[in-house]
Amino acid sequence: MSADSQVMSSAVAGVHTNALHNIVTIAKRELAAYFASPVAYVFIVIFLLLVGFFTFMVGGFFERGEASLASFFMWHPWLYLFLVPAVGMRLWSEERRLGTMELLLTMPVSTWQAIVGKFAASWLFLAIALGLTFPMVITVSYLGDPDLGAIFTGYLGSLLMAGAYLAIGCMTSAMTRNQVVSFIISVVVCLLLILCGWPPVTNMLVKWASPWLVDIVSGFSVMTHFESFQRGVVDSRDLYYFLAVIGFSLFTTGVIIRSHRAG
Amino acid sequence: MIKVENLVKAFGPKLAVNGVSFTVERGEVLGFLGPNGAGKSTTMRMITGFIPPTGGRITVGGYDMVENPIPAKRLIGYLPENAPAYTDMTVEGFLGFAAELRGLRGEAKKRAIGRAVEMCFLENVLYQSVDTLSKGYRHRTCFAQSIIHDPDILVLDEPTDGLDPNQKHEVRTLIRRMGEKKAIVFSTHILEEVDAACTRAIIIDRGQIVANGTPTELRQRSELAGAVTLRIADADAGTVGQKVRDLPVVRRSEVLDNNGAVVRVRAFPQPTVKNGDLERSLYELAVREKWRLLELKVEEGRLDEVFRSITMPDTKRRVEEGTK
Repeated sequence: MSADSQVMSSAVAGVHTNALHNIVTIAKRELAAYFASPVAYVFIVIFLLLVGFFTFMVGGFFERGEASLASFFMWHPWLYLFLVPAVGMRLWSEERRLGTMELLLTMPVSTWQAIVGKFAASWLFLAIALGLTFPMVITVSYLGDPDLGAIFTGYLGSLLMAGAYLAIGCMTSAMTRNQVVSFIISVVVCLLLILCGWPPVTNMLVKWASPWLVDIVSGFSVMTHFESFQRGVVDSRDLYYFLAVIGFSLFTTGVIIRSHRAG
Repeated sequence: MIKVENLVKAFGPKLAVNGVSFTVERGEVLGFLGPNGAGKSTTMRMITGFIPPTGGRITVGGYDMVENPIPAKRLIGYLPENAPAYTDMTVEGFLGFAAELRGLRGEAKKRAIGRAVEMCFLENVLYQSVDTLSKGYRHRTCFAQSIIHDPDILVLDEPTDGLDPNQKHEVRTLIRRMGEKKAIVFSTHILEEVDAACTRAIIIDRGQIVANGTPTELRQRSELAGAVTLRIADADAGTVGQKVRDLPVVRRSEVLDNNGAVVRVRAFPQPTVKNGDLERSLYELAVREKWRLLELKVEEGRLDEVFRSITMPDTKRRVEEGTK
C-alpha cells in the first residue's frame, strides 16, 4: 500500500490545485449559470425598473431639491428583501434537486470552497446589477453637486447588505431542495432583520421595554447599520455587523450541508 | 487501491450498510450486485467521500477518506446514480468544469476533454446544452466527467442504466478495457454485466455482503451447477425419467420438456459424485437403452439463480414486513 501511495502522490504532485483556483472555477461556473438562463436578465431589468420607480416616483427624487441619492438608497433594504432571496434560492437547492451536489462534493474540493465559490458568484452578480444603477450617479452629478463620498459609502453599504441577505438565502437554500420554500424562509428571516430596527417597530418597543433591550434588538437590524453608510460614515461596527451576518450564515450553510450528508 | 473495513452506515435506527469489508486492487473490476435498497449506492457514496460512514474505515490509495479526503478524492472518478449534470451547461462546458476542478488547465485540459469525448462518443453533442440531451447522452456525459482525469480508481453507480443495448455493450467493453490498468467498482442489477465485465463480484443484501467471488465461483453456488441436461428423440418421457432417476449417481431428475418427439430431462448429481461421473453414467445409460441422444450438456450454473437463491428469502420477508 505504501508503494502504491508513493506512485500516487508523485502523480498528483504535477497537478496544481489550490483553494483559490477551486473557488474561482466554481464561481465562474455559477456566474455563467445565471447568465445562461433568463434569471439574470429578468432580475436585472426588474431591479432597475423598481429602483427607478421608487427613487423618482415614490421617493420624490426631484421634489427633495437636494443633490443626494438618499431617495435611492432608502429603498434598497425593501427591494433586496424580495429580489436577493430570488437570486440566492437556487444556490444549493438546485444542486440537491439535480443531484449535482454529489458530483461537486466528491470532486477534490472542500465544502467551504464550494460554499464560498457559489456565494462569491451570486454576490458578484448582485454587484453587477447594483453597478448598472450608475446612471443615478450621473444624473445627480449633472443636476447638482452631490457628496460623492456619501454616494460611494452608500453603494458599499448596499453591497454589504445585499451580501448579508444573500448569505441568508444561501443558508436557507441548503436546507431544502424546494426553491420556493427556500425563497419564503429567507424572505421571512430577512424581514425580521429589517423590522427589528425599523423605527415604527422600535418606537413600539420603547413603550414597554427597557432601552438597553431596544438597543440590542435594533442592533440586529440591517436598517440601523445601513443608515450610517447612507450618511457617508463607514463605522467599523457596521462593517463587522454585515461581515458577521455573512460569515455566520455561510458557516451555518456548511453545517447544514454536512448534516444533510451525514443523513 | 480501495480498502473498505467493517463499513457501517446508519440512517436513524436503520442500518443501510452493516459491516461491509472488501478490497479492490489495480487490474480488478469489482461488480456490486444486490436488490434495490440493498446498500449499494450508500456504500459507493461512502467510498467516494460524499457521505461519512457511521463506522469503519475507507482507505483509497493509502489515504483515509475521512481524515484526508482531498488527496483520496483526487484518485477517484465517480459516476453517481442517475448521472447528474448541470443542465444549464453545454457538454463541453460541463467537461471543462470537471477538468478544471481536477486541476487540469490549458493544453492538458483540452487534451483530457478530447480524450473523454472520444471514449464516450460525445462528438455530436459537444456544444449542445445538457438539458436538451437524451438520457443516453446525458449518462455518457456524466461518465465522461468521471474519466476526464484518467483516474486510477473508478466508482460507477449503475453505469449502464438507461442506455440502449448497443450503448450498454460499448460501456461494458470500455469498463473491461479500462479495468486492465485501473481499479474499478461498479454496481448493477443486470447479471449478464457481471460476466461481461467483472473479474470479481460481490452480492450485497440488506447492508451485508452475502457472496464474494469470481463470476465462475459464484455460478458454482447455483443448484444448477454440475447438473446434466439430456435431449433425447423418440422416447417416452416417463421411462427416461425413471431410468435416469434409478442411476446411483443421480439425486433427482426432472423432465423439462416433452413434446412427444423430443424429451428433455435434467439430472442433478448426488453431492458425493466426482466431476465427470454423472455425464459418463448418463451417456452409458443412453447407449445401453439405445436412446437417440441429441444433446448432453453439463450446466455451469446461472448467476441469476444464485442471486435469487441468496437474496430472495430476504426480499420476500421485506415485502411481508411492508404489508403488515
